Amino acid sequence: MSAVLAAILPVLAAVALMLVNGVVLIYMLRKVLGRLHLRHGPLNVGPKGMVQTTADVLKLLSKEDVIPTGVDRWMYVLAPAAVFIPSLLAYAAIPFSENLRITQLETGLLFTFAVLSLVALGVLMAGWGSANKWSLIGAMRAAAQTIAYEVPLLLSVIPVVMVVGSLDLAQIVQAQSGTWFGIIPRWFVFAQFPAFAIFLIAALAELNQTPFDMSEAESELVAGFATEYSSMRFGMLFLAEFSNSFIMSAIAVSVFFGGWSLPWVPDSVIAPIAPVIFVLKTYFGIFVFMWIRGTFPRVRIDQLMTLGWKWLIPITLGWIMLTGLVLKLGELGGAS
Amino acid sequence: MPHDYVVIGTFVLVGIIFVMITISTSNILSHQKPSEAKGLIYECGVEPIGAPWVQFHVGYYVYALLFVVFDIETVFLYPWAIVFSRMGMIVLVEMFIFVAVLLLGLAYAWKEGALRWR
Repeated sequence: MSAVLAAILPVLAAVALMLVNGVVLIYMLRKVLGRLHLRHGPLNVGPKGMVQTTADVLKLLSKEDVIPTGVDRWMYVLAPAAVFIPSLLAYAAIPFSENLRITQLETGLLFTFAVLSLVALGVLMAGWGSANKWSLIGAMRAAAQTIAYEVPLLLSVIPVVMVVGSLDLAQIVQAQSGTWFGIIPRWFVFAQFPAFAIFLIAALAELNQTPFDMSEAESELVAGFATEYSSMRFGMLFLAEFSNSFIMSAIAVSVFFGGWSLPWVPDSVIAPIAPVIFVLKTYFGIFVFMWIRGTFPRVRIDQLMTLGWKWLIPITLGWIMLTGLVLKLGELGGAS
Repeated sequence: MPHDYVVIGTFVLVGIIFVMITISTSNILSHQKPSEAKGLIYECGVEPIGAPWVQFHVGYYVYALLFVVFDIETVFLYPWAIVFSRMGMIVLVEMFIFVAVLLLGLAYAWKEGALRWR
């Protein structure tokens, strides 16, 4: 019995974290975008509008679940689950601290990318099943985008994997402890800056975030693949989207920004609050996503494809070769 | 560890149950009053014109083919990257050849105009 409980409890914790993330991040998005637009964002429900998103969720819960006539029923009904479940699975390998991980997967990084790329399948189901032209166009664009940016995203972390020699996210974090010359933290964002830049661009595109939000461009496609959804089915799509930005930011934090560690502070001091540091760093990453969202205009789809295929892929491949060369030459230099 | 995959299986199960519970809660809490107008597909307020599944020009099927090639390449690169620091110079040379062949392929596709969005 306790074994069953031990298997289920972390999963329930992940579900709870995902819900809290959804509620907090939507509030944060509205506040941050509001501030960037020189307005206040939500103000009235609760102190500083903090209960606004909770109220929104309750409202969504009490709304009629409209299934339009003429939809491809199976696809339409299953799509929210097909988007939601992979997004929940992605929490399995995130290292909140040295010990606080749901699974100790040795292939954590690859696993997280793999489940995140399944989300595109759900988006395609939603777009096709909705029997709506906007949804169809939105889903097709989302698929094109995923296809173009999956490869640079996966390639951009390979230099880090080469240095660390492991796909285990916790080991990648541990490889970043300490400092260079006592000042610069050994975070891979410094040693692997081009890799990080490509990761950031590709992550934004994978998340369908501005400036790559063609799949649900409000001004042209209504709400993209989510146009025909209402009630909690829409809630699921929405929740998964926010949860995905959390996951992507968490990967960026663990691969490039030293995970739960802080520079100049010994690990023994921060051990008790490591998960808090990790979550704060992740939220800062999401804040940067939102900042970008409030700043940049949308790119055109041909520009998007050109950027992905003609720039990012050759550059990442070149960077992988360069990293390999430098590492091997360093080894030779160290040996002789 | 095999135990971890049990946890992942639990994840899928809990996910399915969670989706079912939320959507049925919502269905219990809400009024269901379907009507003809409500069931119409949204098309900016007018009645939908033509079939929903339009002949859609999938402008990226060539990209999709290239994607398969490059995705598999990435799959090959991951194990290589893991053992990279533990092996000698030879892994570097091998990977240079592998990546160079792929870059040649990309250059060919580029020259043939496969990377032009139409």
